Amino acid sequence: MATFVIRRLIASFFVFLAATYLMYILTALSGDPLEELRLSASPNKESLIEARINLLNLDVPPYLRYFIWLAGVGGCFIGRCDLGVNIQGQPVTVLLGQALGQTLQLVTTAAILAIIIGIVIGIVTALRQYSGFDYGVTFTTFLFFSLPIFWVAVLLKQYVAIGFNDFLQEPTIPPLVIGVLAVLAGLFWMALIGGAIRRKVIVFAIAAVVTAGVLVYMDLTRWFENPSLGPVVVILSAVGAAYGVTAISTGLKNKRALYSSLTVAGVGVLFYLFLKPFVFYAMTLPLYLGLAVGALVIGGLIGWLWGGPDRWQSVRTAAIVALLIGVVISIDEHMRWFSAYAGSSRVGNRPIATIGAETPNLGGNFWIQGVDTFTHVLLPTLALILISIASYTRYTRSSMLEVLNQDYIRTARAKGLTERTVVVRHAFRNAMIPIATIVAFDIGSIVGGAVITERVFGWTGMGQLFVNGLDHIDPNPVMAFFLVTGTLAIIFNLIADLVYAALDPRIRLS
Amino acid sequence: MTNVNLPIPEPGHHEPGITDAESNIELKEVEGLSQGQIVRKRFFRHRGAVIAMIVLGFIVLLSFSSVGVVIGDLRIPGWWPFTWTELTDIVDRTRPSVTHPFGQDEVGRDIFAVVMRGAQQSLMVMVIAGVIATLVGTALGALAGYYRRGVDSVIMRFTDVIITIPLIVIGAVLGNGLGNLGAAVLGVVIGLFSWTSLARLVRAEFLSLREREFVDAARVAGASDGRIIFRHILPNAVGVIIVNSTLLMAAAILLETALSFLGFGVESPDTSLGKIISDNQAAFATRPWLFWWPGLFIVAIALCINFIGDGLRDAFDPRQKRVPSARTLEKAERKESGHRGSAGPSDTGSNTRGTVDATGRGTPGRPGSTAGSPDADGGR
Repeated sequence: MATFVIRRLIASFFVFLAATYLMYILTALSGDPLEELRLSASPNKESLIEARINLLNLDVPPYLRYFIWLAGVGGCFIGRCDLGVNIQGQPVTVLLGQALGQTLQLVTTAAILAIIIGIVIGIVTALRQYSGFDYGVTFTTFLFFSLPIFWVAVLLKQYVAIGFNDFLQEPTIPPLVIGVLAVLAGLFWMALIGGAIRRKVIVFAIAAVVTAGVLVYMDLTRWFENPSLGPVVVILSAVGAAYGVTAISTGLKNKRALYSSLTVAGVGVLFYLFLKPFVFYAMTLPLYLGLAVGALVIGGLIGWLWGGPDRWQSVRTAAIVALLIGVVISIDEHMRWFSAYAGSSRVGNRPIATIGAETPNLGGNFWIQGVDTFTHVLLPTLALILISIASYTRYTRSSMLEVLNQDYIRTARAKGLTERTVVVRHAFRNAMIPIATIVAFDIGSIVGGAVITERVFGWTGMGQLFVNGLDHIDPNPVMAFFLVTGTLAIIFNLIADLVYAALDPRIRLS
Repeated sequence: MTNVNLPIPEPGHHEPGITDAESNIELKEVEGLSQGQIVRKRFFRHRGAVIAMIVLGFIVLLSFSSVGVVIGDLRIPGWWPFTWTELTDIVDRTRPSVTHPFGQDEVGRDIFAVVMRGAQQSLMVMVIAGVIATLVGTALGALAGYYRRGVDSVIMRFTDVIITIPLIVIGAVLGNGLGNLGAAVLGVVIGLFSWTSLARLVRAEFLSLREREFVDAARVAGASDGRIIFRHILPNAVGVIIVNSTLLMAAAILLETALSFLGFGVESPDTSLGKIISDNQAAFATRPWLFWWPGLFIVAIALCINFIGDGLRDAFDPRQKRVPSARTLEKAERKESGHRGSAGPSDTGSNTRGTVDATGRGTPGRPGSTAGSPDADGGR
């Protein structure tokens, strides 16, 4: 195992060295970095050219200049990183830090959501193979997969951002739209839940009526002008989360797990009703993260106290429920600040942003900043999710189908296990083995994968660093981008292999 | 994953989870057919793939016949009255009209002609990139997988170097220098750097196929390496190759549009679908047709290729077989239980349609019945 890792790392190191050399030469040779100066009419042209040559060592030919760059990178091992300067003379190390921060902010949510949604949809389509739902989802994911992201981006800007902002000026929903949305929601839930005709009709009716009711309520109370979830929705979703998570995680038959989830839900609601104003008054990021960890710990503790023959089942279930309720309460609080945010002079009642990573000089407290981040991340995240969801759905579906055809699944059913146990414990866990490696691999590549998204939405992240470098025939920022993405790719490739071996005992690393 | 050997009827052997009724349906479908016929039959059963093929054929015909073709200095005109460079009189404030069904841009170019030219370029990039990547990937993968050892190490380390560099980076770097040479060169560049995944898959396929008995038999009979590779192993790996080259093509067309969008691809005065969108991004509010049409053509082409790829995968992959619907299964089962005089378990209705769960799995498999057992090697 250790030999495997070391051998892999050494081989990867040399491969990567060769790749950086290739990249450096290609970038340096793709044009003339002095061209704009040569064409300029400024009187001190000669001295400007001279200065740039000195700044970027342009008097050294590229195949030797690479080694100057490499020496700077080598400094990283002794704690003095020097990735050179860009064509304007700014140190690349600083630029890289800023760019990395923005890119991570942009891609993290998108990647996590795409993975979760994709896997869930993949499982459902596998369980309903060759149903109308399966065909519909297959077509939709293929469609999203075929969309150029810059095209989606412009559509999202037009119809989601500008459309929604216009809607907020006069937030009334016409009855026709309510009707159409209700029918769509009904069809969606009908296809998702499936079953005999009778059940389908009932599901359709319930989903349509509930959707229409909620929309009419929102319309009448002018909910969009001052949105919040309110105590009723928070209590309902807490109890719903308790039942839902227990049903999937352990099954409702496990009374102790159910009781611990319900206890957690009760504690969460009590916190929401009585303690929240005191705790949320002066929120900071460390406190916020601390509360999230606290929720997990308290949930786990409650599960542990309820105990039972298999304690960890209750602990796991209760902790997940606690986290979900925390998320709901946090969303509710953000919503309460939404109107203050939208009404502020910087935002001017057009909250959904089409460009940039944040509203400059916004100020405001933690929640307002949170809303600001949300409105800026929303569109790029939607675009990234739409594009990347397809591959996860397809992989999960085929992996799940393969597992469901195995003998041990038939054995499990023949033993009389419940459908939940068969699907979640026997099928899902085995189907996830190949998915885990794909996920590990993708996480390694997301940092570099959003070049076009950043360009379209005006973020100054890694992609922008790279494209600007290419535009100006400026190897140092390009190489910094490549250094980070390449290193991550190598590390996560290795992790993918290790994860595969850890999950599947049949695989041996050698 | 995509072994394409014919199902070998083997007495007493059951594919996991297959009942008699199911396997009988399955067997009846392939009885007396050659491999090519089975693949063709399965492909044409995939309705999405067939529709996609027709649509794609229509797009190819439309784009090349309407505005004609330019090969070097030779120019073959098409039936459309305008070309993609000529400036026409502005009709109806550039909105779509009878003379210009896709509208015009602000200087009066006919958008139908521009989009057709763009589609030509994108299709050309797609085909060139697909062919080159397939040839290079197959050749390198086959060499590495067949000869193993030193050859394998050298080729796979080389592949690693290429694979480490994200494709979009290479395209952008080379496009920066070569971009104005046009779509054909762009296609070659994309093709030369996107063969890596295919090479890995072909190598894995060759590694497992070269250990099989029929290769030993060929070698004992005195066949040369070239003959074994081309006549014995390659035909068995053709499923993997075809399926993945369609996926490569779909990726190539999106990559071309992305590169042109970033300004590293096709350059003025020529055009491509990505470039049209990039040029007119800001015009969405005033002239949405500049934006909708090229986008719709990109989506249509990429979607068709993806669907064809999906159909080919279904056709070549015996393990991704179609589970018979509950109704077909019930019918077959009734027939069978009629023969035996015992009642087959009835379909309980809800929740079982088309899924691979308990429907009718109660019938015990009789020994001696024949079941299709796609000889899965499980080597990968």
